[in-house]
Amino acid sequence: MNWDDYGTNGLHDELIADGAPRPELGGFARFLRDLSVEDLQERQRAAELAIRAMGITFTVYEDATNIDRAWPFDLLPRVITADEWTRTSVGLEQRLRALNLFIADLYADQKIVANGTFPADILGESVNFRPECVDIQPPLGAWAHICGTDLVRDEGTLFVLEDNLRVPSGVSYMLENRLITKRVFSELFRDLDILPIDAYPDRLYELLASLSPRPGIKPTIVVLTPGIFNSAYFEHSFLAQQMGVELVEGNDLVVDSDDCVYLRTIDGLERVDVIYRRIDDLFLDPEVFRPDSAIGCPGLIRAWRAGNVGIANAPGAGVADDKAVYAYLPEIIRYYLGEDPLLPNVPTYLCHDDKQRSHVLANLSELVVKPCNESGGYGIFVGSQATEAQFEQIRDRVLADPRNYVAQPIVNISTTPTLAQGELAPRHVDLRPFILSGDDQYVTQGGLTRVALREGSLVVNSSQGGGSKDTWIIDPSVVPR
Amino acid sequence: MLLSRAAEAVYWTGRYLERAESTARIIKVHTELYLDLPRSAGLGWDPLLAITGSAEGYEDLYPPKRDQVSHEEDIVCFLTADSRNHSSIVASLAAARENMRTTRPIFPRELWEALNNLFLLTSENAEEAVPRRTRLRWLDDVLADCQRLTGVMAGTMSHDDAYSFLRIGRHVERADMTTRVLDVRAGALAEAGDDLRPYTDLTWMSVLKSLAAYQMYRRKVQSRVTGPEALRFLLQDPQFPRSVEYCLVGISRLLLELPRHEAAMATCAAAEALVADAKVKALAWDGLHEYVDELQLMLDTLHGNLSETYFKVEAPAQVMLATA
Repeated sequence: MNWDDYGTNGLHDELIADGAPRPELGGFARFLRDLSVEDLQERQRAAELAIRAMGITFTVYEDATNIDRAWPFDLLPRVITADEWTRTSVGLEQRLRALNLFIADLYADQKIVANGTFPADILGESVNFRPECVDIQPPLGAWAHICGTDLVRDEGTLFVLEDNLRVPSGVSYMLENRLITKRVFSELFRDLDILPIDAYPDRLYELLASLSPRPGIKPTIVVLTPGIFNSAYFEHSFLAQQMGVELVEGNDLVVDSDDCVYLRTIDGLERVDVIYRRIDDLFLDPEVFRPDSAIGCPGLIRAWRAGNVGIANAPGAGVADDKAVYAYLPEIIRYYLGEDPLLPNVPTYLCHDDKQRSHVLANLSELVVKPCNESGGYGIFVGSQATEAQFEQIRDRVLADPRNYVAQPIVNISTTPTLAQGELAPRHVDLRPFILSGDDQYVTQGGLTRVALREGSLVVNSSQGGGSKDTWIIDPSVVPR
Repeated sequence: MLLSRAAEAVYWTGRYLERAESTARIIKVHTELYLDLPRSAGLGWDPLLAITGSAEGYEDLYPPKRDQVSHEEDIVCFLTADSRNHSSIVASLAAARENMRTTRPIFPRELWEALNNLFLLTSENAEEAVPRRTRLRWLDDVLADCQRLTGVMAGTMSHDDAYSFLRIGRHVERADMTTRVLDVRAGALAEAGDDLRPYTDLTWMSVLKSLAAYQMYRRKVQSRVTGPEALRFLLQDPQFPRSVEYCLVGISRLLLELPRHEAAMATCAAAEALVADAKVKALAWDGLHEYVDELQLMLDTLHGNLSETYFKVEAPAQVMLATA
């Protein structure tokens, strides 16, 4: 393996610096050095076969004929040192503690708003705030039990890009990616100390079980899925299988007049204690939210309010899944915890604010403009790559609905070696670790690394041509034999 | 704990897997039989359509062919690789896979991977199913993989309620298939002209082989293959896994462990009585069609009992993948 032709273009690369592997990642780089590009191509093929055999798929909404696509995986892992990860984990835990206190406050006394730290008008125009959830007190005071926080590296530092805490997905792919890498690079697991990630389903199960309203007995936990046509169905069924719990759809559930949730089984109705719901708030309960929802279950909110069922993530948690909230996170952390944020935010301009909006509109070519509440990478404007028409379009949109747009400087997110078109080349990556918050907190030892497979592209979402990699947290003091 | 919806999906997984396997076996045996019979015997390939109940669907899709080879190939294609035929091998495997996909957590990973593999293999090599040169190997692959799936299921699934529904589905499909084969084959024999009469034994032998029963028949019955004995074996043998009796008893035993089984068990008992009463000597020559009709009606009722008792979910628009 020759790194001379690997051009990082002045960007921070996860593995290579100044034409040579970073010393702290020497073990992995040494292993790669002994492989030829043909070796890698062969292993990539093996990985793709494994993915097919294991039936790892995802779904793209726009493709009417194609329900299942094979998961796009690049075999070269993205590697991080254990030291850096420990620091990052602590920062993530801090962030989630503050977010949970924030959400709980918004559905109770809204002290942070009364205090003026968080603007009332931003809250007022929040699309994900659910008035129906006010004064509900979920178990353990936790609302965002499962959060997928996206991290990017700019000039060597890891920044938080956003917090996904409605129905964040990707953890199953993180787990499956590891299974594939174990098949394809098995010898490396012997030689390097790569932190295991299999604990996640266990920890998730424990978290869910802790939300049960009937603590004395083994709880009945279900994963509520919209069904096989949902893009993340693979993950829903995977997690249910790994935890050994039932995978259910809205029609399998019924809420009786006793405000308890039941499951329709061949034995009759069985009580449900905890629901891990992978359905958006608005479709959860036709009694309370959208009445036309065919995938929810009438009465779920009633049962939840009565304390008869635990729901993760709590309905209404999405109020914090908003880029406007993101912009205020440092203040939120200081307000609830009295601490400075350990992990930095990417500098963010709120178009809602007159001065900031003017700045944004005057400097569009150097900025990324994002809608506050979209997911999947849709609706994002990247100033360095946009056409004239797109410039006009974003200008119009921001002026029409300023509260719902934020802008950030274009982050030169780091790259890592990727087998692109059969050759090793740098491609931009981000990282989504998952944080569980209940009685205590748990951060995955790694996460889902998403890679923009197209050269120069910064968009990593799988629905738009992105792929993924395994993520390795390694202890660099372990030297391979 | 088993969801009503999951019970139904698992039941249909069992039925579709069995359907794929039985269809493969029937086509294989028929192909081999053809190699033995003189062309003048005029056995034809249409019986296969009758056995699988797909004659009408076939006529809608395939224009009639004059020459024998095209006619044979059309029918084989329709039954193996044509996804427009809901009961073709490829469609049955696709349906089994979809039903398994909606209930993935119930099944062991290895099972999913094996079925996924089989499905991909058969659909990608679908064109090999038709020409005689490659047909037998394609069918053998399907048979071997289906049987491997049965092994993985039996060995790595807990024998819980879900597994019971899987086996009930299999038994129902097997009983159904056995009655269909008997109906069509025996019917064909009864109507056969003198040209076929010298080959009667050979044809009853192929009936047994279609149901993987020939070797076990010989072990049990030992005398040469005759109509009445073959009929007796396939209807009443308590030990052969594809006899109607065995399947009915199997279903009863499984129902015993399930809640609210009264209606279904009553139907099973009535069907078992009908089987026990069969006058095989007479039936082998006359009246078999009417007898089988009665039996099939009972199997239909049984399926209805299962649906009503276990699968019914009062739901508005629901994606029902499990369909006949």
